Amino acid sequence: MDQSDIQTSNKKVVRNSILVVAAMFSFGYLLLPALYTLICDSFGLNGQTEQLTNAESAQLKVDKNRLVTIEFSSIVNSKLPWSFKPEVESVKIHPGELKRVNYLAKNLSGSDIVGQAIYSVTPVEAARHFKKTECFCFTQQRLKSGESKEMTVLFTVDTDLPKEIKTVTLSYTFFRADKYTSK
Amino acid sequence: MSETMTHDAHHEEHPGGIKRWLFTTNHKDIGTLYLWFSFIMFFVAGFMALVIRAELFQPGIQIVDPNFFNMMTTLHGLIMVFGAIMPAFVGLANWQIPMMIGAPDMALPRMNNWSFWILPFAATLLVAPMFMGGNFMAGQGPAFGWTFYEPLSGQYGHLAFFVFAVHLLGFSSIMGSINIIATILNMRAPGMTLMKMPLFVWTWLITAFLLIAVMPVLAGAVTMMLTDKYFGTTFFIAAGGGDPVLFQHVFWFFGHPEVYIMVLPAFGVISQIIPTFARKPLFGYASMVYATASIAFLSFIVWAHHMFTVGMPVAGELYFMYATVMIAVPTGVKVFNWATTMWRGSMTFETPMLWAIGSVFMFTFGGFTGLMLGVAPADFQYHDSYFVVAHFHYTLITGAWYGIIGGVMYWLPKWTGNMYSEKLGKTHFWLTAIAMNLTFFPMHFTGLAGMPRRTADYPLQFTQFNQLSSVGAYIFGFSQLILLYLIIKCIKGGKKATNEVWEGAEGLEWTLPSPAPYHSFNTAPEVK
Repeated sequence: MDQSDIQTSNKKVVRNSILVVAAMFSFGYLLLPALYTLICDSFGLNGQTEQLTNAESAQLKVDKNRLVTIEFSSIVNSKLPWSFKPEVESVKIHPGELKRVNYLAKNLSGSDIVGQAIYSVTPVEAARHFKKTECFCFTQQRLKSGESKEMTVLFTVDTDLPKEIKTVTLSYTFFRADKYTSK
Repeated sequence: MSETMTHDAHHEEHPGGIKRWLFTTNHKDIGTLYLWFSFIMFFVAGFMALVIRAELFQPGIQIVDPNFFNMMTTLHGLIMVFGAIMPAFVGLANWQIPMMIGAPDMALPRMNNWSFWILPFAATLLVAPMFMGGNFMAGQGPAFGWTFYEPLSGQYGHLAFFVFAVHLLGFSSIMGSINIIATILNMRAPGMTLMKMPLFVWTWLITAFLLIAVMPVLAGAVTMMLTDKYFGTTFFIAAGGGDPVLFQHVFWFFGHPEVYIMVLPAFGVISQIIPTFARKPLFGYASMVYATASIAFLSFIVWAHHMFTVGMPVAGELYFMYATVMIAVPTGVKVFNWATTMWRGSMTFETPMLWAIGSVFMFTFGGFTGLMLGVAPADFQYHDSYFVVAHFHYTLITGAWYGIIGGVMYWLPKWTGNMYSEKLGKTHFWLTAIAMNLTFFPMHFTGLAGMPRRTADYPLQFTQFNQLSSVGAYIFGFSQLILLYLIIKCIKGGKKATNEVWEGAEGLEWTLPSPAPYHSFNTAPEVK
């Protein structure tokens, strides 16, 4: 190749490489987070559960022959000065049966704080069979200084829950969310 | 044509002193800059490793506090990866690729200058926070591990320094890679088809493609950290609906190809050295090329084997396990090809050959522990233990770094025009090889027994193994001063090297005089 041909080819290599770099940056910054949420939601990975509407919950079939233990765990992030505990440690339910469980949260600090509960279900194979119709985790919770509040979750596991799963753990972590208040 | 003539003539008079190095666009000068920069960084990060080993000589906290210890492990890893190993390979590429393909220089010489001169600034940004905030011993620098997992790294006070350092390092690598791709694709001498290229050039071409594909993903990851901390996004913040596990996925999507970025050029160097000293052509040239390309492809689809313990579904663990173990196939092809090249060759054991054989032998060992780690159910025991530390030091020291030193020894007579001292070279090799094994072999046992990595303290029963490691580390560290002395001695003088330097050496770089002239191949050689 003579000099001017090489210059043209070099320009082409640079242009194409910059396109690859731009595409991979966008893939990393823009696409991956969306893809991650999409994959986790659609396969019930990472403890992501499904939300049921009231109409759907009225049509649930109940499997009276089976009992599943649901355990509750509660964690409060160190940045959040709250106490947060379920009223019961565990319940036994038939698959398809709706169950209401209350958690008690209290703001131990001298100021108003917004918190957000993040849930997770284990084992992961159970996550997509775990359905909630009502949950305090759907929205942010605001507690005034010293205020206590009963927080409710209404849930079930569906009848397709794999047979070998006898115990499902529902875990909540409460985070401080003042910085992320939805407007 | 007349225009290019005057252009070249103008280039012959390069400025002297500091200006020569600041403004140089010559591939040999820039190669030298890269190599010295990485050598300095190697000593800096190596010193940090010695602080780590001093603290770990005895259980309990003796010398530095735990946060400072964590800062040492973090900076040791980051500087070795981004400051020492990667720039060293770019340095080798700058020196050798134009000479090996018969090109007068790199394709984009000005960009070449820029990609080097970003590096010192990036390194400064990375370590600058160490000296901020008054109390040095409290460890103001990054102390969250070289993998900078969220949410821990998000709480780091000087995060912006870290993020911009990584951005700059990324710019530098990406520009260096674009330059290498353009050089290899456009500047080869007439007759040098892709499948006639020396293997070092091939491995660098593939490495450069890996770099431009994954460095932007790393830039994306650190940008997410930056916007999470300062601009209210919540990519990795659970309270706002993000997920810290996403960080691990993004990081390792970059991180796994990155480990091959660090080792593939070393494979290239070894593939140059072994045929020379076995006096036989490389066995299975084409399969070497395809194996390198397969390793590069597979590196994109195995990332989650670094994170088996995050709570993946069994199907995911199985997939990543099978895909990971599959990498052993092309890697095995390479190892067997090297062994077969040596088979019945007329071998001699000059220093570069010692490094190459040492690398094949010990890198394979590191590969085997990699297979153990790749087996998902077993990984739960090994995860984040000293077994992992032993594994990746066997792959990175005896894979990547042995390749670099082997390459430096192999080409040093061509660069300086003088033969180095074989006696010093061999002493350095054997001291390093023994000390390396003394340092890292015991870590397999402490790891299997449950000693976690990244902790400044450990239970009493690990004391003897840790003391062996620490003694080995200090021998390793001080042995490198021999290398420094050897190189300076070789630059200053010594037995004159012939043009061919090595009896069995094949390739265009050996047709040039030693030392290689400042401008080489101004008229392209003909390759038959």
